[in-house]
Amino acid sequence: MAGESFLVRVTHADPVTTSVKRLRMQAIDGKTLPPASAGSHIILTLKTPNRLLKNAYSLLPSSLDGGTYEVAVLRTEDSRGGSTFVHDALSEGSELTISTPVNLFPINRRARHHVLVAGGIGITPIAAMAEELFRDNRSFELHYCIRNEPNGAFLKDLQARYGERVHLYHSDIGERFGVAKALPQQRIDTHLYVCGPEGMIGAVLNDASALGWLQENLHAERFLSPGGGDPFDVVLRRSDIEVTVGEHESLLEAIERVGVDAPHLCRGGACGQCRCSVVEKDGIIQHRDHYLTQEEREAGDAIMTCVSRLKGQRLELDL
Amino acid sequence: MSLSTIEVDDVRHEFNSETFRDDYTFSNSPEAIARFPFPFDRDEYMYAVNIEQHMPGPPKSATEFPIDIDEHYVAEMADRARVLKEDPLRCQSLPHMLMAEWDLLDLLMTSMARDYPRWFSLERDGRKWHWINRPLGIEQRFVFGDPTTLPQGPMEYVTRQCQGDFCLLDQRDNNLWLDAGIVTSQADWSLDFDLGMNFIEWHGPVPLAHNMNIFDRALKFLMNLQQGRPVRRLNWTMTVNPRLDTSPENYHRWGIDRTTVTPENVGDKVHLRVELQALWRLPRSNAIVFSIRCYLIKMGELVTQPKWARRIHRVLRDLPPELAEYKGLTNYRAATLEWLSQYDDGAPTSPGFYPD
Ligand code: HEM
Ligand code: FES
Repeated sequence: MAGESFLVRVTHADPVTTSVKRLRMQAIDGKTLPPASAGSHIILTLKTPNRLLKNAYSLLPSSLDGGTYEVAVLRTEDSRGGSTFVHDALSEGSELTISTPVNLFPINRRARHHVLVAGGIGITPIAAMAEELFRDNRSFELHYCIRNEPNGAFLKDLQARYGERVHLYHSDIGERFGVAKALPQQRIDTHLYVCGPEGMIGAVLNDASALGWLQENLHAERFLSPGGGDPFDVVLRRSDIEVTVGEHESLLEAIERVGVDAPHLCRGGACGQCRCSVVEKDGIIQHRDHYLTQEEREAGDAIMTCVSRLKGQRLELDL
Repeated sequence: MSLSTIEVDDVRHEFNSETFRDDYTFSNSPEAIARFPFPFDRDEYMYAVNIEQHMPGPPKSATEFPIDIDEHYVAEMADRARVLKEDPLRCQSLPHMLMAEWDLLDLLMTSMARDYPRWFSLERDGRKWHWINRPLGIEQRFVFGDPTTLPQGPMEYVTRQCQGDFCLLDQRDNNLWLDAGIVTSQADWSLDFDLGMNFIEWHGPVPLAHNMNIFDRALKFLMNLQQGRPVRRLNWTMTVNPRLDTSPENYHRWGIDRTTVTPENVGDKVHLRVELQALWRLPRSNAIVFSIRCYLIKMGELVTQPKWARRIHRVLRDLPPELAEYKGLTNYRAATLEWLSQYDDGAPTSPGFYPD
């Protein structure tokens, strides 16, 4: 389900370390961007020379008033080239489309104490959480794993603002964050949040589970599987129309684009209104709804057009 | 702070002077009847995940604006103040919901001032906000985020000035938790009882819907609710006498009314009670606000729209017994059906909610 989107202009673009670049963005129409809760991310649409990319980036601390968004992007050798594009092609004045913030990594506000663990660029949502907890005068500690000091994005700012709450681990001299060592006795009302490289997240969660932490007290950033997917063709049998579903649109959106009035209500896979009979298909349906039962999914003769797609070339619908 | 009487008098006459208790002088103008959010789009009713985008409806309709303020505004706010005075537990908020309260205040003040500039205005200078409510004669300067600058908590302050009940839901552990709310015009459920419960728990008493997986699906949908994409649904029940406060706490005052319906007084006493419920993801707290905006219409007013008269007769006649029981219609359903039958000639009705 695509949310609202905003057209923004980059108002500041500056290096934070040799490999991390920070972007500040403002709405082009002069409106203020809505505030965001700590842990939120936005999707940047990047018009790279080869293709349109949609990448998710966590937001840095936002003000209560909203207004602008900031992200910090690490240059990586990712195959899609998103971070390279951000580093090489975006500068002050660049214009972009971004999504509304979505929070899949929220602070549990009932916890009495918060343990924040960041590895490398994983500091972005963690810094937003630290700021919110600090502002609300809540109890927290921040464990930050970096290669070395020059490599630690925002390190000086974090230390200046949060003082002794910040604990550092330098990987180039073999220091590691270990749950047992750092948190020998944790109470039931403590929550732990970790963001960083996949391997580190796995290790922290495993260690904590082994030490008896409750699953509901452990949180790791997970990005939603992107709404889109590979393109495929759909044939609307009754309307006698064929259309290609693009990688960034839903099946329902493609059907509406060619002027066919398809039933729908919630556009989020819950209400059941958009259920459509499948006449033929040459691949597997990726069911992403909450509506169809397991048997119905396996039968493969119905699809919820608002969220689900075909992994294949051609889908024929009774529509 | 309050406004001068002259400025208040200027707009006061745009609102009904009426009561929702004792002498029950509440009624709908012809315009209010025409915009009534009739909840049946066909001649039968069953629970469903009836959630849709909260998009602006036609001009003058109850969904033209995200927050609907109508001719009953001033009287409803007076009724809310009385309920709260007698029972402060109708408004409760757990400590971790303070940020969500500010989010709610922002949402309501911003919408009301934008959509009803004659009645409300909001000026923002950074965190310094200046709010004017002309119908209620209120002016308030405060610092957004600083609760000491308001006479009540942010949720209570703003919802004493906005029609509808409101619940604030915290999202954690893959569920929604009813951790704050102001509930003074409810259809027989209690905030004090439900506070701190999760989505599945507080829906416990609802018949049939759990087995239809309605709540599992609705919950999964809501967990993904996005900022800037509010949704709504309609719910309905019936109430004898136009009483807003049909709470379990006060059951001793209104429960007995259900036995007073006779074929002669149906048109005046029996009301369709529709709740226009909307849900928004809140930006600063990541909480969800659930608004329950209650609309009442007496049978005598409803039947002025022939399509609605035919349809409600059929819906009530064929309502599954579990739903009739749950909605508390058992005592007066027969009398109401008998009275309504004179308006149902059996002619077909057109699809959709709107009158012909
Ligand atoms: C998330 C915010 C929501 C809140 C706070 C809420 C609250 C409630 C409460 C307190 C009741 C009365 C239960 C009782 O008898 O004690 C109720 C009834 C009900 N709710 Fe919800 N609800 C919410 C969302 C939804 C949604 C999204 C659906 C969608 C299907 C839904 C469907 C129902 C139904 C079908 C009933 C029975 C109503 C009747 O027959 O009168 N609710 N709800
Ligand atoms: S539109 Fe509701 S399930 Fe697709």
